[in-house]
Amino acid sequence: MVAIEFYVGLSAILFTIGALGVLTRRNAIIIFMSIELMLNSANLLFVAFARTFTDLGGQIFVFFVMTVAAAEVAVGLALIVAVFRTKQTINIDEASSLKG
Amino acid sequence: MDANLTVFIILAIVAIGSALGMLFNRNAVYSALFLILNFATVAVFYIILGAPFVAMTQVTVYAGAIMVLFLFVIMLLGAEELKGISEVRDRQFWPAVIFGVLLLAEIVTVVFLKDTVFQAITQMEEFGTPAAIGTTLFNDYLLPFEVVAFLLLAAMVGAIVISRRVRQKPEKDEG
Repeated sequence: MVAIEFYVGLSAILFTIGALGVLTRRNAIIIFMSIELMLNSANLLFVAFARTFTDLGGQIFVFFVMTVAAAEVAVGLALIVAVFRTKQTINIDEASSLKG
Repeated sequence: MDANLTVFIILAIVAIGSALGMLFNRNAVYSALFLILNFATVAVFYIILGAPFVAMTQVTVYAGAIMVLFLFVIMLLGAEELKGISEVRDRQFWPAVIFGVLLLAEIVTVVFLKDTVFQAITQMEEFGTPAAIGTTLFNDYLLPFEVVAFLLLAAMVGAIVISRRVRQKPEKDEG
């Protein structure tokens, strides 16, 4: 089997790409997809360590992370639709009404 | 070279490449399709790691339900590209790259330079099967399971309430 270090490295790279997506893009939907990528890299690490320590708890937590991600996507996309209705754009730089 | 390592490297190249494709594509629909490819690759990793049930859930929930929701919203809003403005925030690009490299270096330092004992990954029968997952989930993690059910209910109600179109109430006392 492949050593756990390879999975840690891959997960770190995927997480960093997701963080870069959040920092550099303007499209709110793409920012959400980057957040999904980061959650997914964490899930990969959970499963890899569950296998390393032969503990099923890691795989169970992947389910909880998936549930939270699904809830987050449902509410987040509803928010994006609501913002689009009022501002006619999903550019997050435009959604700065609270800034005063 | 070890066959397992070869498979890992090929899959890792696909995963990182599709993630970069998601990051750099200008069209949000193509980004979503790249992300689906990434999720499918991670599902293959789950199978390699002895988690077939998690892999199935990954494909149905992530690559299926969540990404369909994304594509639906993208096409509903017609928001494939931002109109009249560059997609990438130019002022923030290079600072973001620098901080990204720092983040990667920090993760690698924390994980690899400490004296952590990593064992070789062992093969086990009957590990991660739906039956084993179900037994653990409903015995050791029953309370979190119920809490998550309430979370999903709250998210469902919240999504409906937030995205509902607010109607102007007709004046009733007009005579």
